[in-house]
Amino acid sequence: MEFIKSETHFDFVGMMKMAVTCSLAVIIVGIASVIFHGGLNLGIDFAGGTLIQVKLKNDVPVENIRKALEPLGFERSIIQQFGPQEILIRTAELSANLNDLSGNINTAFDASLGKDAYDVRRVEVVGPKVGKDLTQKAIFAIIFSWIGILIYVGIRFEFRYALGGIIALVHDVLVAMTALSLTGKEFDLNIVAALLTIVGFSINDTIVIFDRIRENTRKNIRMTLFDCINLSVNQTLSRTILTSLTVFIVLLVLFFFGGAVIHDFAFTLLVGVLVGTYSTVFIASPIVLLFEKIKPSKAKGK
Amino acid sequence: MSKNIRIRSAIVLVICIAAFVYLAPTITSNLPDLWKQYLPTEKIRLGLDLQGGMHLVLEVDTQKAVEITLTQIANDLKEALMDKRIKFRRIETMKNYTIALDMPDNPSREAMETMVKNSYPDLEVASTETHEGIITVNLKIKDNRAQDIRKQAVEQSLETIRNRVDQFGISEPEIIPQGDDRIIVQLPGIKDTARAKNLIGKTALLEFKLVDEEHSLDDALKGNVPEGSVIAYGYDLDRSTGRRTSMPYLLKEKTLMTGGYIERARVEIGDRFGEPHVSIKFNAQGSKDFDRITADNVKKRLAIVLDGNVHSAPVINERISGGQAQITGSFTMDEARDLAIVLRAGALPAPVNILEERTVGPSLGQDSIDKGLWSSIIGGILVIIFMIIYYKASGIVADIALILNMILLLGTMAAFKATLTLPGIAGIALTIGMAVDANVLINERIREEIRLGKTPRAAIEGGYTKAFLTILDTNVTTLVAALFLFGFGTGPVKGFAVTLTIGIAASMFTAVVVTRIIYDYFVWNRKIEKLSI
Repeated sequence: MEFIKSETHFDFVGMMKMAVTCSLAVIIVGIASVIFHGGLNLGIDFAGGTLIQVKLKNDVPVENIRKALEPLGFERSIIQQFGPQEILIRTAELSANLNDLSGNINTAFDASLGKDAYDVRRVEVVGPKVGKDLTQKAIFAIIFSWIGILIYVGIRFEFRYALGGIIALVHDVLVAMTALSLTGKEFDLNIVAALLTIVGFSINDTIVIFDRIRENTRKNIRMTLFDCINLSVNQTLSRTILTSLTVFIVLLVLFFFGGAVIHDFAFTLLVGVLVGTYSTVFIASPIVLLFEKIKPSKAKGK
Repeated sequence: MSKNIRIRSAIVLVICIAAFVYLAPTITSNLPDLWKQYLPTEKIRLGLDLQGGMHLVLEVDTQKAVEITLTQIANDLKEALMDKRIKFRRIETMKNYTIALDMPDNPSREAMETMVKNSYPDLEVASTETHEGIITVNLKIKDNRAQDIRKQAVEQSLETIRNRVDQFGISEPEIIPQGDDRIIVQLPGIKDTARAKNLIGKTALLEFKLVDEEHSLDDALKGNVPEGSVIAYGYDLDRSTGRRTSMPYLLKEKTLMTGGYIERARVEIGDRFGEPHVSIKFNAQGSKDFDRITADNVKKRLAIVLDGNVHSAPVINERISGGQAQITGSFTMDEARDLAIVLRAGALPAPVNILEERTVGPSLGQDSIDKGLWSSIIGGILVIIFMIIYYKASGIVADIALILNMILLLGTMAAFKATLTLPGIAGIALTIGMAVDANVLINERIREEIRLGKTPRAAIEGGYTKAFLTILDTNVTTLVAALFLFGFGTGPVKGFAVTLTIGIAASMFTAVVVTRIIYDYFVWNRKIEKLSI
C-alpha cells in the first residue's frame, strides 16, 4: 500500500507567504485569547492551591458539594465533572492547617454526603513558594532543551537550519497554547510535559526534511535552494504523512481511553502533532530559504 | 556474510534475553524458586501517581535553627560572664540574629571580648556603639558557621525523619534532600495520611522545666509574667465528649534537660485505668543529669513539655537515680505509639513546614494503570496492523522491532530501577511513534531504491545507509532535549524524560540493528529475489 503513488511536485515553498500569514493569524488569536482570559488558566502546580478529586457513589448536585465544602472555607472552588460520577474540586485557597486537611475533608463529606457515599481519590496541595519554583524550573527545562537542540542542529547542519527548526517548534508550542487557551484547558505540569513532547516530535519531523535538503544540495549543486527544498519536502512527503498518522492513531486511543488524567495531555499532543507536521512542511524549510536570501551561504555560492 | 549475521544475531539475542530476564518479575510473580535465587526479582517501580501514596515537600526552617543556636550560646555566655565576674548590664538575643550586650565600662568590654575570642570561636563582634556611657556590643554568629548550622539542620532533619518513617513501618519510603533546605518524602501506599504527616512534621522537642511556684499564676495570666518565667499550656482530652480542654501553667524559663539523652521510649499500659503512657529510659549521661536534677528539686513540680505543650507536671517525691521517667497525659493508643517513635528518633533541630502535598488513593492509581496500559496496548495493536497493511512482509519486520523495543524499554527500566509514572506511560506512547518513524524512514528509502531499479540486496544496503544518518540526527536531537528535561525538570517532566530517553536508545537499536539482521538473513541466506515492501 502507498498513500502517494508516484513522485509529487507540490510547490510548498511557493505557499510560504500564505502559510506564514495563517500561522501569524492563529498566534495573534491565541495571544488575544490569553489576554481576554486574563492569562493562562494555570493549574495549582503553578498558581498554588488545593485540588481534591472525589469519586461519588451517586450523582450529587454541584450545589450540595459546594455546601459540603463550606466548613473547609473552599466554597468558592471550581467544581468540575471529571469522568463518570467523579468530580474535581479546585481552589486557589490553601488550607490553613495542612496537617488535618484530609481529615477535615472526610469530616465535611461524612456530614453532608454520608459516610460511604464518596471516595477521596486524590488530594494535592501546592504552596505558593513551590508553585513559583515549579514554574521557574519548567521554563528553564524548556529553554535549555531548546538551546541544546539549537547547538546540536547548528553543529550537524548549519546555523540557519537550527534557527529554522527552533522557530518552527516555538511556533508549534504557541499554536498548542492557543488551542489550550481557547478550550479553557488547565495549564499544569502534565501539559508542560505534553508541550515538550510536541517539541520533540516537531524537531524530529523537521530534521528528517533538513536531512533531505542537505543530501539534495550536495547531489545537485546547480539546483537553487528554492527547488531543492521543494524537491526534498515532496520526496519525504509520504514518510511525513505516514509517521504523523501512526502517532496520531496512538494519541487518539490515549485521548479516548487513557482516562481523565491523560485526556488533556493527549489533547495537547493531538494538536501538537497536527501543527508539528504542518510547520515542518510550511514553516521550517521556508525559513531556511529566508535566511539564505538575507545572507547567502558560502557553500551554495560556488 | 552469514557468519557476520550469526555474530550479530547472538549479540541481539543476549541483549533481548537480558531485558526479558529483568522484565519477567513484573509480568508474573509465579517465578520458579531457582529463578528467585539467582535472577532479578524486582518489579518495575511504579510512581506514586500509579500505585497510590503520599508525596510531601518539606522545608526546614533553617533560620530558626540559627536562632535556637544563638539563644543557647547567649545563655551559656551569660553564665560564663557571671562566673568570671565580668560586669554587664544586659544580655539579650535580638530579632536580627545578634546578641546585644550592654557593658558599663571599657575594661569589662575588653575582658568580655577576649573571652568571646578565646572561648566562643563561632561568635564575632558585629558592631559597637556607645550611648550615655553604656557600651552596647552586638555579637553575631560568623557567616560560615551559620551556613554550617543551616546545613547540619537539614542533614539532621533528614536523618531524623528517615528514622521516624522507618520505625513507623512503611515499605520502600523515599526520603531525599532537594535544593538547600527542602526534603522530599514519598510514602507509597500510605492510608492514614494525617497521622503520617503528624509523625513527620512534629518537632518533638522534649524539655523538662520546673514549675514556678513562687509567683502567682493568676497574676501572670493578667499580664504580670515574672522575669525568668513563662506561661505554657497543657491539654486534656475528655474521653466521653472528645473535647480538649486547656490548662495554663507558670514555668521557669530555663530548660533543665532535653529529650536528647533518651535511649529508649516505649508505650506501656497503666495499671489502674488501662491508659497508655510512654515510658522513657535515659542513657548514662542523661541518667546522671536526671539524678542531679531530681535530687536538687525534691518536693518541687517538674513539668514535662513537648513542643511547648505541658504534658504533665508531677511533684518530685524523691531523687530518681535509675534514669527512668514516664510521660503521662491523655493519649490514644496511636498517639502514644507515635510519641514513642518520635522520642526514640529524636527531635528535629528546627521546625519543618509542608510546602507541597500530593496524595493519590490506591483505587485511582489502579484506574490509571488499567487505562494507561489498555490504551497503550490498543494503540500498539493498531500500529502493528497498520504497518502490516502498509508494508506487507516488511511491516512484520518493523513490528518485530516494535515489540522488541517495548521489551527492551521496560526491561531497562526494571534493571535501572527507574520509576514508571503516568507521564512516563505517555513517554512510552511517544516512543512507539519514534520507533515506527525509524522503520518508516528505512522502508521508504528502500522503496525509493527499488524504484530506481536496484536489486533487493543493493536496495537494502542503500536504504539503510541513507536512512541511518537521518535516524541518528532525529534521535540524537530528541535525546538532547530529553536529557535536558531530565536534568532540569521535576516530577512529571522527569518521569516523561526517563522513558523517552530509554525508549530512543531502544528504538535506534531495534530499528537499525535488529531489522537489518532480518533483512540480511533473507537476502543473503535465503537469497530472495523480490522484497515484500
